[in-house]
Parts: sequence; C-alpha cells; structure tokens
Amino acid sequence: MQPNLEPIILSRTGTMIAHKSFKIIVTLTLAFVLLPFFAFASANKVAEESEEKEFNPTDMIMHHIGDSHGWHFFGSGDNSVTLPLPVILWTDNGLVSFMSSEFHHDTEGHHIVEKDGQRFVNYHEDIYQLEEGVEAVEFDEEHHPLNASKPLDLSVTKNVAAMFLTVILMIWFFFGLASFHKKKAHAPKGFNNALEALVLFVRDEIARPQIGEKKYMKFMPFLLTVFFFIWITNLMGLLPGAANVTGNIAVTVSLGLFTLVLILVNGSKDYWKHTFWMPGIPTWVKPILAIVEGAGIFIKPIALMIRLFANITAGHIIILSLIGLIFILESHGVAGISVPFALFITILELLVAFLQAFIFTILSALFIGMAVEEHEHH
Amino acid sequence: MDLITPDFGLFFWQTIVFLVLIFVMAKFAWKPILGGINNREKSINDALASAEEARKEMQNLKADNEELLKEARAEKDAILKDARELKEKIIADAGEEAQAKADKIVKQANESIEREKKAAMAELKNQVATLSIEIAEKVVRKELSEEKKQHQLIDKMLDDVTLN
Repeated sequence: MQPNLEPIILSRTGTMIAHKSFKIIVTLTLAFVLLPFFAFASANKVAEESEEKEFNPTDMIMHHIGDSHGWHFFGSGDNSVTLPLPVILWTDNGLVSFMSSEFHHDTEGHHIVEKDGQRFVNYHEDIYQLEEGVEAVEFDEEHHPLNASKPLDLSVTKNVAAMFLTVILMIWFFFGLASFHKKKAHAPKGFNNALEALVLFVRDEIARPQIGEKKYMKFMPFLLTVFFFIWITNLMGLLPGAANVTGNIAVTVSLGLFTLVLILVNGSKDYWKHTFWMPGIPTWVKPILAIVEGAGIFIKPIALMIRLFANITAGHIIILSLIGLIFILESHGVAGISVPFALFITILELLVAFLQAFIFTILSALFIGMAVEEHEHH
Repeated sequence: MDLITPDFGLFFWQTIVFLVLIFVMAKFAWKPILGGINNREKSINDALASAEEARKEMQNLKADNEELLKEARAEKDAILKDARELKEKIIADAGEEAQAKADKIVKQANESIEREKKAAMAELKNQVATLSIEIAEKVVRKELSEEKKQHQLIDKMLDDVTLN
C-alpha cells in the first residue's frame, strides 16, 4: 500500500524522538520522587542489571497504550493469556482473514503465517506481507520495508474489540432504559434513574445551553452517543488489561470528523457569511479574517481530537510509568511509593474520564451551536 | 501501530461502528428515552399547572366565602339594627298612643265630669226650686192661715192681674 508508507516513515522518526523523551520523563520522575529514598539500594543495581536483562519502559508503555492484534491479559511469550482476535487484511488478491493466535504471540516478525499462498508476519503489531521466498522482513534505515508490502489492515484489533464492548454495554444500558420508558410513565429507579440523570445532564447542561432551545433536539442523538461512548470507553480503559481506545489518535480523529461533518452540513447561511465575509468590519480585513475563520473550522475538531487523545494517553502513560519504576529500579520497595501514586492517578483518571467525555461533548455542542445559530442583524 | 499516526483499520472500524451506533441508539434508545422524559416533564408541568389553578380556584372560593360571610354579617347587623329601630319605634309609638289614649280618656273623663257636674247642678237647682216651692208653700200656708192675710194676698194678686 503505497499511500500509507509516507506517514509511517514520519511516525517512525517521530517515535524515535518520543522514545527519548519518554526515557527523560521516566528518569526525571524517578530522580525527583524516588532516588532520595532508594539511592543505596538501586543506584548500583540498575547499572549492573540493565546490561544483562533489559527492561525497556518505553516499549512496555508503548505496548500498553498501543493497539494490538490479540487481547493480551497477562503472562509473556507462549505462556501468556491472550484473547485471539480476527486479523482481516485487504491484499492485492482480496480479503484474507485468520485469527491473531496464528502468530503465536510473535511481534518480532519471525513467525510467518501462510494463507491463500500469501505470507504474513506481525512486526511490532504491523502486519507485513512478505514477498516470494523471503523469510524475514527487512527494513532500511527509515524503517521502510525492503522485501515486504503492507496490506490494508482492517483487523478487529484489541481497540476494535474494546469498542464493541462499549457498544454492547451502551445497548444493554440504554435499551433497558428505553424499554422502561416505553412501559411506564413515572420516573425510573436505581441504575435506570442514574442513566436518566446523565441523559438529562447532556440535554440540560450541554445541548440546550450551547445549541439553543429550537435546534438542540436534532443533535441530541449524536451528543448523547458521543458522550456515553467516550465516557464508558474511558472508564473501560482504566480496567487492568483493557484497551486504550479513546487514547488512540485514529479513534479521536474519527470522532472529531463526526463533529466537523455536522458543522459543515448544518452550518447556516449566517455562519458561512460570518466565516468568510464577516459583516461590520473594514473590507480589507475581511479576507484576512476569512483565512483565520476558515482555518478555524478545521482547527476546532482537530483540537477536539488531540485533546481527547492526549489526555487519555497521558493518564495511561503516567500510571504505566509509575508502575514501570518498580521494574526500572528492580526494587520491591519502590512499589510502596509508586503503587499509591498510581492509585492516586487512577482515581484522578476516573474524573478525567468523565471530564474528557464532557469536554468533547460540550465543545462539539458549542461548535455546532455556533454553526446553526441565526445571527440577528447588527 | 504508532502513537500519533492514525491507523486506518481502527479509523475505519470506529467510523462504521460509531455511525451505526448513532443510528441504532437514536432509533431504539434515545428516541423513546427522550420522548418518555419529555412526556413525563409535560405531565409534571401540567399537574403543577392544574394544581396552581386549583389553588387559585380555592383562593377564589375562599375569597367568595369570605365575601359571603361578610355580606351575611352585614345583613345580620342591618337586620339587628332594623329590629332595634323597630323596637324603639314601636316603643315610642306605643308610648305616644298610650299618651294619646290617656289624654283622650282624661278628656272624656273631664267632659263626663263636667256633664255630671252640670246635671248635678241642674238637679240641685231643681231640688232647690222644689225645696223653695215647698218652703214657699209652707210659708204661704202659714201666712194664709189667718183670714186677713188671705185677703191681703188676694188683693195683691188681683192687683198683679189687673196690672197684667
């Protein structure tokens, strides 16, 4: 797949830089928080042992926050407990699919899976299609595969599976509430009541004030779905062994695009006029403002997608870094500090999970509200 | 699968799944839920409005009652006042009438006394006249017992006749 290659090269180099900054962050945290306590125990050990047995915190963290083709719970190598997920590839010869377990937990590109006369390897969770007679994928200096191509990967990955789980939960929760409403007219009790309170929260605190009484109803399905999808996914992501769905840029790009499409489709005449030919200002300023406002249309959803992605990923990285410290320092004692810290951050993440869902939804509502607003003539 | 490169497969699934989710939820969850909430809110509002109306009606009724009570009280007062006036009037009238009757009776009595007095006077006069005649008779009889004196009277009488 030629078009996909360029971003991969870019991101590879980007990841290199990212790897370094991860190390710096982890080391700094370590230096400030833990070294005073564990200086004696650890300083020598790290130097000695890092050579024999490599623990790479960056790889560990990237592995945890990244997507993968199987849902790994615990253990390593052949002993690991992993839920196999379907790998679906669109190759030059059509669709190819097999279970991720056929890679036998290999992510280094060693184990070759043969299917319909095509051979695939999993190299760092990227699936490559090997050329004829090739036994291992080779890369040039810029991580360009030399003897393999990259088929379009439509696999049901860990993130997709986690997304399905959120969908199932949402359907279970809200179909239950809906069937209650179909049957009875009075207020629900218990869990349904909590759900209803949240629905009302989205309606009364987000949709109505931002979009306005007249038009909010049209956007309620989107706002409710996006709010509960993000929130439930965020919460699910905090469970041990769960996927980092909302902290994945592909997911947030998709969500941001939904908001963008809604803005573009529902923008009123006034909105476009105010964007590209702002009334009430000197004519020579208008083109300048049109450029700024035009860029703003796209910057708004981009800000949305980056905010959600960065916040959720950052939370995961902090927790993983704190836990990783135990392994970096090779000392059980560190757990006494990093586990409570990680617990504290996890509790904070519970708040962030709600907050980010709320912010994404309210900003989407705000942008939509700005787009559909009918201005009064000044 | 890198951190900041959107992975097409995941993007594809997210978009499809989310799009389907929006429509499914809109049709089978959000619509009945929001509809139900709306209906309930409407019925609550209606109930509140009707309660308010009932309260107002009640207040009106209470006000009406008060008015009625006030009127009744005023009427009672008026009746009492009338009654008192009537009483006083009756008393006054009765007094006057009694006075008039008394006056009349006194007048009649006076008149009757006057009449009786006159009658008594007349009888007295008659009695006096009779007595006078009897006295005169006795005097005359005594006078006429002597022959001389009889002649004298005849003469005198005859004189009187001739004069006539």
